[in-house]
Amino acid sequence: MLSWIWIVPALPLAGFLLLAVCGGRLPRGVSAAIGAGSVGLALVAAAAAAVQFASAPPAGGAYTRVLWQWVSVGGFSPSISFTVDALSVVMILVVTGVGFLIHLYSTRFMAGEEGYSRFFAYMNLFVGSMLILVLASNLLLLYLGWEGVGLCSFLLIGFWYSDPENARSARKAFVVTRIGDVSLAIGLFIIATSLGTLDIQEIARKAAASWPVGSALAVASAALLLGGAVGKSAQLPLQTWLPDAMAGPSPVSALIHAATMVTAGVYLIARTNVLFSLAPSVQLAVGIIGAAGALVAGLSATVQRNIKRILAYSTMSQLGYMFLALGVGAWSGAIFHLVTHAFFKSLLFLAAGVVILAMNHEHDIFGMGGLAKKTPFTFVVFLIGALTLAAIPPTTAGFSSKDLILVLAWQSGGAGKVFWLVGILGVFVTSVYIFRLMFVVFGGAPSAAAAGGHGAAQAAKPPTSSPSGTPHGAGAEHGHAAGRGGMQAGVIMGIPLALLALLCLGGGFLGLPRDLGGTPFLLNFLHTILPAERMPEPSIRTEWVIQVISEAASLLGIPAAWLLVRRERRAVAAAAPAPAVRRFLEGGWGFDWVYDRGLVRPFVWLARINSGDIVDRVADGIGGLTMLLSRAFRWTQNGRVRWYAAGFAAGAVLIVAAVVLL
Amino acid sequence: MASVPFEYGLLLAGVLFALGLTGVIVRRNLLFILLCVEIMLNAAGLAFVVAGARWGRPDGQVMFIFLLTMAAAEVAVGLSLLILHFNRRKTLDADAMSGGGA
Repeated sequence: MLSWIWIVPALPLAGFLLLAVCGGRLPRGVSAAIGAGSVGLALVAAAAAAVQFASAPPAGGAYTRVLWQWVSVGGFSPSISFTVDALSVVMILVVTGVGFLIHLYSTRFMAGEEGYSRFFAYMNLFVGSMLILVLASNLLLLYLGWEGVGLCSFLLIGFWYSDPENARSARKAFVVTRIGDVSLAIGLFIIATSLGTLDIQEIARKAAASWPVGSALAVASAALLLGGAVGKSAQLPLQTWLPDAMAGPSPVSALIHAATMVTAGVYLIARTNVLFSLAPSVQLAVGIIGAAGALVAGLSATVQRNIKRILAYSTMSQLGYMFLALGVGAWSGAIFHLVTHAFFKSLLFLAAGVVILAMNHEHDIFGMGGLAKKTPFTFVVFLIGALTLAAIPPTTAGFSSKDLILVLAWQSGGAGKVFWLVGILGVFVTSVYIFRLMFVVFGGAPSAAAAGGHGAAQAAKPPTSSPSGTPHGAGAEHGHAAGRGGMQAGVIMGIPLALLALLCLGGGFLGLPRDLGGTPFLLNFLHTILPAERMPEPSIRTEWVIQVISEAASLLGIPAAWLLVRRERRAVAAAAPAPAVRRFLEGGWGFDWVYDRGLVRPFVWLARINSGDIVDRVADGIGGLTMLLSRAFRWTQNGRVRWYAAGFAAGAVLIVAAVVLL
Repeated sequence: MASVPFEYGLLLAGVLFALGLTGVIVRRNLLFILLCVEIMLNAAGLAFVVAGARWGRPDGQVMFIFLLTMAAAEVAVGLSLLILHFNRRKTLDADAMSGGGA
């Protein structure tokens, strides 16, 4: 029945191969068609798989298609096999669906860029790796996708590699996530050696049977998996790569933040929920990391001036909510928020890309302004995205999922009540930072950048653009044809925006709160594979109260944002130096500073003093000896024919003498 | 007719070869270098003939005829190159032709 499921990841990978082998020689239109088309076809295949899966659910809620045996060594035999169950069906729909819209948008957004087909090749590989990750039925294959995603993020963040700053950001993302990857790898070793398998279903069965709750092995393996998830999902303390990842083009940010990459960590924890249930202390740590991350990143977002960095911190904050949900055992709730987050965050990033284009590559929000009148369509979709992010009706997507997480956190009791409180604070902060962005970018008077935005006025940035606060990405979105600068979204870029906006508006109907008469379709679907929540069913009254509180927090954020913006505009006008607290928040709570002083510099110092070690000497010595010999014998090659003849003769004499005498 | 001892013949061939080689190395005039190469060829031919006489076999003389034919061809090509070169450069100095500095 679902035996053809391998076609879903195979399509983007085939697109990647095609573009990688002959991309440079294809016309741009063909590259775009291959790039977007392969993901589009994958979406069709994924949708067909979903329909087939839903209409005839396989026994046990999961169908595994084994393609072939990967290796077989000493009883350890992982295979290349894909599992179709409720969780992976939801994930492939999100990855291919949102991924396809982003690809469609990119065909226009990246027009005029160098490396057009290279871009689509990377994007296809990214989507393909993510699909392998979510479909893998054993952790080894999952790890393959996991590393593929990491590689592609490196390639795409550094897409404009000619700017050293972008290349640095790409390296940072790669190295920081690698720390998590190593942790994940060690976790896999522990699981493989102690349970003798990496098959996810078997792990669940064997672990539940052989490991008591809280046993050392369970805690160790869960903690190491958490380390991997923290790195990939940019949670404390490995979150520092995400804001810098804004160096890539806007569609890349959308893809990294919404459909792929950062959701991998959440997926991993949900997928291996059995291990986390066996290690309650680690599960609590998941919740603490999530709650802290939601607040820390949210507060940082309130003071950023680079539009994409605001959204980056917002992503970290929203991922914090997902971790919080995982921490209280609301596995399905976390996946629900993952889905809705994919809708609204990709919408926000793609709309931000349009804004940045409209402002001639201005990233500083205080260099923008008055865009509501100038780009009404972008304004509307951005507003929908912002309302969804802030969980304010009439948009349903963010409202339903965030409400679910908060209710479940409350119901879980104990630490859950604290998480709930932090979550409510986070809701307020979320509303503040996103409406601050809205007020500054779309409200107020049109800035000079907007006024001069048409046509060839791209050169010479207007004086309002502040160089501070935009260390990365300012001027990163370079290279677009000048004639397109300052333009509106256009049809090709407008369609994905409109579709995503519709998903934001209606996505909540997948699981509207019960007190509003909804049926949690998605949750019921996911419960076929993920364990149900252990907390008591909340009463309708509790749901109501929590909804009212969180809505109040959201709505309260709007006037707060307004006040904040008024104060900030004055500060920007007066060019006053930022107070210490603000600088602290803007720098992401000093994590970068600590890592730089505590790890990077000592490492560089060690590398420098160790650069003359014995290995180095040997390598240098070989080089030096070669140079010496070359200098010694260079004079023999003087180009004189008689000299060479003498050389022949001497050589012949030597050989004959050797033959005769020896 | 008293036959010349085998060793004498080989010795003569060796001396001739050494003379030719010395000439190739020390002479700068291309014409003389070509002449010296011929001397070396003839030394080799002489060694063949002497060796053939020593063992009473015809192979040495066959090889010598080969050598003569080859030498004739070589001289024809070498001389024509030499004339061409002289027409162009107005010199027969091998070092000037090699161009390796000095």
